[in-house]
Amino acid sequence: MLRPDCFGGPMKRYALFACAAALAMAGCSTTGSADDASDKDWTAPVGEDGNVPFSSTYERYPGRPTALVGATVYDGAGNRIDNGTVLLRDGEVVGVGDASLDTSGYDVLDGSGKFVTPGIIDIHSHLGDYPTPSVDAHSDGNEATSPTTPEVWAEHSVWPQDPGFTRALANGGVTALQILPGSANLMGGRSVTLKNVPARTVQGMKFPGAPYGFKMACGENPKRVYGNRGRMPSTRMGNFAVNRQTWLDARAYDGKKRDLAKETLKGVLDGEILVHNHCYRADEMALVMDMAKEMGYKVSAFHHAVEAYKIGDLLRENDVCSAIWADWYGFKMEAYDGILENAAFLQREGACVVIHSDSAQDIQRLNQEAAKAQAAGRRLGIDISDATVIGWITLNAAKAMGIDDMTGSLEAGKMADVVLWNGDPLSVYSRPEKVWIDGALMYDALDRKRRPVSDFELGQPGEGDVK
Amino acid sequence: MKRALAIAAGLLAWASALPAAAQNIAMTGVTVATGDGSDPIENGAVVVENGRVVYAGPAAGMPQNAMPLMEAAPGTWVTPGLVATVTNLGLWDVGAVSESNDIRASDSPFSAALDAAPIVNPASQHIAIHRAAGVTRAATVTSASSSIFGGQGAIIDLGSDSQAVTRARAFQTVSLGESGARLAGGSRASAHALLRNALREANEFGSDARIPGIRSRPAEQGVGDDVPLDPRLVDNRAERGDDVLLSRFDAAALVPVVRGEQPLYVMVERAADIRSVLALKREFANLDLVLVGASEGWLVASDIAAAGVPVIADGLDDLPQGFEELAATQSNIGRMVKAGVTVAINAAAMENPRNLNQYAGNLVALSRIPGADGLSWGQAFAAITSVPARISGLSGRAGVLAPGAAGDVVIWDGDPLEVGAMPTRVFIDGVEQPLENHQSRLRDRYRDLDERDLPKAYDW
Repeated sequence: MLRPDCFGGPMKRYALFACAAALAMAGCSTTGSADDASDKDWTAPVGEDGNVPFSSTYERYPGRPTALVGATVYDGAGNRIDNGTVLLRDGEVVGVGDASLDTSGYDVLDGSGKFVTPGIIDIHSHLGDYPTPSVDAHSDGNEATSPTTPEVWAEHSVWPQDPGFTRALANGGVTALQILPGSANLMGGRSVTLKNVPARTVQGMKFPGAPYGFKMACGENPKRVYGNRGRMPSTRMGNFAVNRQTWLDARAYDGKKRDLAKETLKGVLDGEILVHNHCYRADEMALVMDMAKEMGYKVSAFHHAVEAYKIGDLLRENDVCSAIWADWYGFKMEAYDGILENAAFLQREGACVVIHSDSAQDIQRLNQEAAKAQAAGRRLGIDISDATVIGWITLNAAKAMGIDDMTGSLEAGKMADVVLWNGDPLSVYSRPEKVWIDGALMYDALDRKRRPVSDFELGQPGEGDVK
Repeated sequence: MKRALAIAAGLLAWASALPAAAQNIAMTGVTVATGDGSDPIENGAVVVENGRVVYAGPAAGMPQNAMPLMEAAPGTWVTPGLVATVTNLGLWDVGAVSESNDIRASDSPFSAALDAAPIVNPASQHIAIHRAAGVTRAATVTSASSSIFGGQGAIIDLGSDSQAVTRARAFQTVSLGESGARLAGGSRASAHALLRNALREANEFGSDARIPGIRSRPAEQGVGDDVPLDPRLVDNRAERGDDVLLSRFDAAALVPVVRGEQPLYVMVERAADIRSVLALKREFANLDLVLVGASEGWLVASDIAAAGVPVIADGLDDLPQGFEELAATQSNIGRMVKAGVTVAINAAAMENPRNLNQYAGNLVALSRIPGADGLSWGQAFAAITSVPARISGLSGRAGVLAPGAAGDVVIWDGDPLEVGAMPTRVFIDGVEQPLENHQSRLRDRYRDLDERDLPKAYDW
C-alpha cells in the first residue's frame, strides 16, 4: 500500500523525496487512513480557547550554519556517502552530498574518520512517565485501574526533569522519542512524541506537528492484571472481546457530548492517531491485524514483537512495522521464542524493522542493538548494509511515528537532527561526539558544559559528570 | 539443501549426547587474547592438551609438536571462555512463570541456608544459550528475598554434560542498601543489626557445635577432598540461647562466612554504604568480602583498594535508579581500576549475561571520551574473564589462557568485544561443546517461511 500522503494533501516540499526513499526501503508506510473507517466526518475538538489542548511550545535553539565535511554519512534512508558533506542552516538540513558541495558561509567541521547519521529515534520509551529515581512516587506509566483507558495521555505523566533524557542524548544520540503509556491495559492511552531537548514543561519538549500515538497491548499483561482482580479480561479471548466491543462503541460515537476516551478512539479510526501495539506472539499479531480490518483502523507498529520473524510475510502484506529488541528473550512466556535473527528475517521478507529500547539503559545504545541484530543476519548470510541498519533506528522509526516528513533522514528541508559519531556507529567503540537538534548543538563530548543536567541532579554527587 | 542441513544438525545434536572426550587443540596465526589484562597478540598461537592449556602466546614461541593444526580463517580470535558473575543461570526457565523460576523464595523459612547447588539444571536453555555465546563458567545464586541473606551460590561450568556444579556453596550473599533495608523490615539500621546479629549467632554456633573448618576455596584448585563441608548438616545437639533469631540451619550456613572460609558477596551501591561494609572488618576480622553493584564505588575507590576488597560492579549503570546511586556513571569501573581496585563486570546488571562482552567493549569506548574513564581492551576483557574467575575462586584455572589452565577455549570470527560477536566453536575443559539450543532451532526453522509442502511443524 502506498502512503496516501505521497500523492496529495498537505505536504512539505521535501515529502516527495521522502516518499521515494520510503518506497525504496522496506515498505514501512504507516500513516495511511484506515481501510474502511468512517470518513473524516469528525475532527478532534479544540478547547474553549479555540486551541488544541496542551499544544507544543517547543522552539528550536539558535545554531550556526554548519558544514560537516569529510565524514562517512549514512542518511537514514538507506544511502551511504563516503567523504560526504552535510550542510545545516536555520534548523534545517540544506544539503547532503559529496565533497563537491559548496561550504562557503558555513562553519566547516572536519569529520574525517568520523560518521554522520540522522538523530537516533526511539519509538518506545517510558522516560518521563517512569523516570529515575524510580520510586513509587514517580510510577506514572500505567493507569492500571481499567483494562481500557483511551482517555489518558502519556504527556500528563511526563516529568521533564527525568535524568534519563540527558543520557539518551549524550550516550545514545537520541534526538526524538515516543513516550508510551505502559502495557497493563488493552488500551493504555495516548503516547506523546518529544524532541529530546530539555524544557521546563512537557509542552516545551513536544515534537511540533507529530501525530499522537495510541498504545495498545496484547497477551499476558492485560489478562494478568485484570484477571487477578477477578474481572474481564482474564484470558486472551477476553482481551479481544473487550477490545472489539470498545471499538464498536467508539464507532457509534457522534461527538455531540465530549468523551475523552472516544475522542482518542475516533482519532484512531480516522487515521489521525497511530496505533502502537505491544504484542509478542506471532499468532496474536495476526489476530490483531484482522481485528483492525474489522474495525477500520490500522496498526502502525507492533512493539516487542519477538515472534515477528514467524510472520514476516504477513507483516509486509499488512504494512505494519515491527519494533523490536535485538536480544531480549525468556523473561515471560510470550517472550520464550525470541531469537537474535528476528530483525534480519523481517528484513529478508521486506518487512519494516525498527529497533526500540523500552529501557532507560538501552536507549543509550540503540546503535549497538541494531548492530547486534545486523550481525545475527550476517552469520546466516543475510547481508544487510550498514546504511539500511541505520534506517532501523532513524527513518523507519520516524515513519512508524508519522514524523518522517520532518525528521529521520538527512535530506534537504528536513529538521537538522544530526549526530556526529567519533567512529562507526555500528561499532561498540564509538560514541556520539556532537548532537544537533534542529540545527542547535545540544551535546558536545568535547565541551564539558555542552551537556544537559536535570534539576534533579544539581548539587548531587556526580553533577555534570560524563555519566 | 535446507533439509540436508537440518539432518546434519540433528546428527550433530545426537553425537553431542554421547560422552565426549577432551580433544587437543593447536591453532596458530590467530589473534589470541589471554584474558590476563594484556593486549591481544595478533599473530598468536594456542595449544591445549588433555583438557589443559599448554601454550598461549606469540606464534613464534609455540612449542614444536606433532599435533595437527586446527584450521583458522583470517580474522579468527581465540580467547578463554567468558566467566559470568553474578548470575541465576540454571535456576529459571521463564522469568514471569513462577513455577519455573527458583530465583526468589520470599515465603521460605530459610535464607542463608538456601543452596543453589542441588537445583541447578544443566539442561537449562539459558545455560545452552549462554554456552553458545562463549560463557563457559559462571557463579549462580538465588536472590535475597525472605531476608537480607540470599543464600549460597555455586560455581558452575556451562558444559553440555550433566554435571554443572564445580563448586557448591562457594559464596554467601547479603543485600544491604535500599533493597536490603526493605527486606530487613524497613531501614538500613535494621539491615545492619540483622547482619551483625546473624554473624554473632553464627560465630557462637560454630564454636558451640564444634563445626570444623575447611576453606571453601583452597589455594590450588582441584576436585574431591577440598570440597567444603556443609556445616548445616553437622550432626550435633549444641544448645542455643532463647533469644536467637536465626534458625539452626541458617546459623550453620553462616559459620564459614564469619570465619572467612566462604566469601560474603555484599550487594551495595551508595558510597556511604560501601564504607560501612568495609568497616565490618573491624568487628568481624575474618570476613572475606566482595562488593556487588557498587555504583558509587568510584567515590570511595581508594578505600576499597586499601581494603583489598574486590568488586563485581555494574558495568554501565549511569542513572540515579535510586537515591543510593545518585553518582552512578559509566566511568565507575574505569575509575576504580585506576585506583587499584580489582573489578569484574557484574553479569546481573544487564539484560542477559551474554551481553558481558558488549559491556566490556563499551568500557573501552569510554577511554576515548574526554572526562570519562574507561579501560584498555586487555583490562576490559580481563573484567569478564580472569578477574571474575579469580573472584570465583578459579584463579589460574579459568578465565585465562595460560599453561595449566582449563581448556576453556572460545573461537570467534572477529573481535569478541565488538557488538554481535559470537563464537564459532566453544570448548570447556578441552571438550568441544554443542552450540544448539531452542533459539538456534527456531532460527533454523524460520530461515524461510516456505510451507508449500508441509506446515512449519514438520521442519525439524
